[in-house]
Amino acid sequence: MMVSLNVFFWLLGLLLIVVGAIIVTDRDHPKRFFAGGFWIVYGAISLAGAELPADVVGALVIALALVAGFGGVVGAKPKVRSDQERSASALRHGNKLFLPALTIPFVTVLGTLLSPYLVFGGNALIDPKNATLVSFGIGCIVALAFACRLTRDTVGQSVKEARRLIDALSWAVVLPQMLGMLGLVFANAGVGKAVAHLTTAYIALDYRFVAVVVYCVGMALFTIIMGNGFAAFPVMTGGIGVPVLVGVFHGNPATMAAIGMFSGYCGTLLTPMAANYNIVPAALLELQDKYGVIRAQVPTAITMLIINIFLLNAFM
Amino acid sequence: MQTTVNLYPLIGVAVIAVGFALRFNPMLIVSLAAIATGCAAHLPIERILDAIGSGFVKTRVIPLIVLLPLAVIGLLERHGLRERAQTWISGIRAATPGRLLIAYLFVREITAALGLTGLGGHAQMVRPLVSPMAEGAAQARFGKLSDAARYRVRAFAAAADNVGLFFGEDIFVAFGAIVLMVTFLKEAGIVVQPMHVAVWGMPTALAAFIVQSYRLHLLDRWLLRHADDTKLMVTDLGKNETGNADAAQQGGKA
Repeated sequence: MMVSLNVFFWLLGLLLIVVGAIIVTDRDHPKRFFAGGFWIVYGAISLAGAELPADVVGALVIALALVAGFGGVVGAKPKVRSDQERSASALRHGNKLFLPALTIPFVTVLGTLLSPYLVFGGNALIDPKNATLVSFGIGCIVALAFACRLTRDTVGQSVKEARRLIDALSWAVVLPQMLGMLGLVFANAGVGKAVAHLTTAYIALDYRFVAVVVYCVGMALFTIIMGNGFAAFPVMTGGIGVPVLVGVFHGNPATMAAIGMFSGYCGTLLTPMAANYNIVPAALLELQDKYGVIRAQVPTAITMLIINIFLLNAFM
Repeated sequence: MQTTVNLYPLIGVAVIAVGFALRFNPMLIVSLAAIATGCAAHLPIERILDAIGSGFVKTRVIPLIVLLPLAVIGLLERHGLRERAQTWISGIRAATPGRLLIAYLFVREITAALGLTGLGGHAQMVRPLVSPMAEGAAQARFGKLSDAARYRVRAFAAAADNVGLFFGEDIFVAFGAIVLMVTFLKEAGIVVQPMHVAVWGMPTALAAFIVQSYRLHLLDRWLLRHADDTKLMVTDLGKNETGNADAAQQGGKA
């Protein structure tokens, strides 16, 4: 039997539906039907999205966006233990509390490294196409069992705690997936081609340094728009990198590719479109400014972009 | 072969840019951008919903990494994980938020460069461990933190994870980005060795570590200056400082 990603889609779907049900039945929640319904529908898509007709899923996604967009997904006042109780518990458990948390990365790495060897009777135990993510999922389950044992608490309590965190994160959790969807829609509609056409048709690329600047800044800007350096790379490299930097100025393609992709990553540090790196952490860390992480990264991104331009110009 | 390029799909990009600039809700902006892009491509409404639905299902994997660890992390937080992280770090005298985050940045970047990208992450490492430790170190050294200082330390904890991951993973030969680059260049008739792409990424990776470390060093200096200001204002509140645990409760006081 192979553990594939589907197992974790089902698990996550079930968790979200249970969390949604807890919220719907919570009379203290300010908008229990909207917020609870939001998580139940989102859970159902995770559980059965592949089996439902795509246009039905599309309509549900628009409904989720409307509920979230008009303030339907607010959290209840979290019920947490008092500071004294938590401090006493921290004192009692000591550094052992770190172990379950560190189990997740440990199992993830171990599973990834061992997955080629965990083959029984011709069947891989861990889906080789998604070894890291499947190992990560297994790590989360092992860590949960470990944590329950260590703290003598229950899985039911852990679901309540998950509800507290999901309530606090709100729709920020769904945004990265929405943006992933948008990237696919953009790609189908030919947004990349249109942007490449604009950059190459209207900018003079006769000077080597100008061409380098356009390529690096273009990678960053296009990544800011798409939220993903992978989407920008084929467009900018096909539009400017290969024909101009390599074709006209005889640049080293390996240098161009490496530094070009890094220029894209400077854009990733700057954009709310890379929600899983920039917006979700702001929610996870309960920052008041949802662009706080981006603000902290702006000087690094700009400096690195300038360094990339000079490195590429020098070593190409 | 030159064909006329259709520029109408750029409407979607315009919706995104204007929407974020005017600070509309991102969920609404993204849906509107998807619908506008579909309309620009003359798709009927059910085809647009179809594209949105299938795109959403294809990207189901994205939220796994944030949502799956929440149950464990939440349970451990209930039993004092963050308080423990703060106490532990305040026992290390040399610890400052800047130095701690430089160490995390280093480990994150090196392990990502070795292909071990699973060793960090915002939900499973930054929220439960790295950010409370950075806050704990800041409190042990600079006294009570103002809200501005606390949020700044947290944002830098998230930034350390991002910078370390991005600039580390791209010098791992088997990483998706390098595979993508090599495949794309091959299609364009240029053969490059993945190893060469990885090697040429190293100067940037090193520069990123130096730049971010310098900024973390500046963060310590900023906190020191900031601490002097606030100490003057809250001298008689200083007694409250016995537990590091009440960090999260400081709300409107400072």
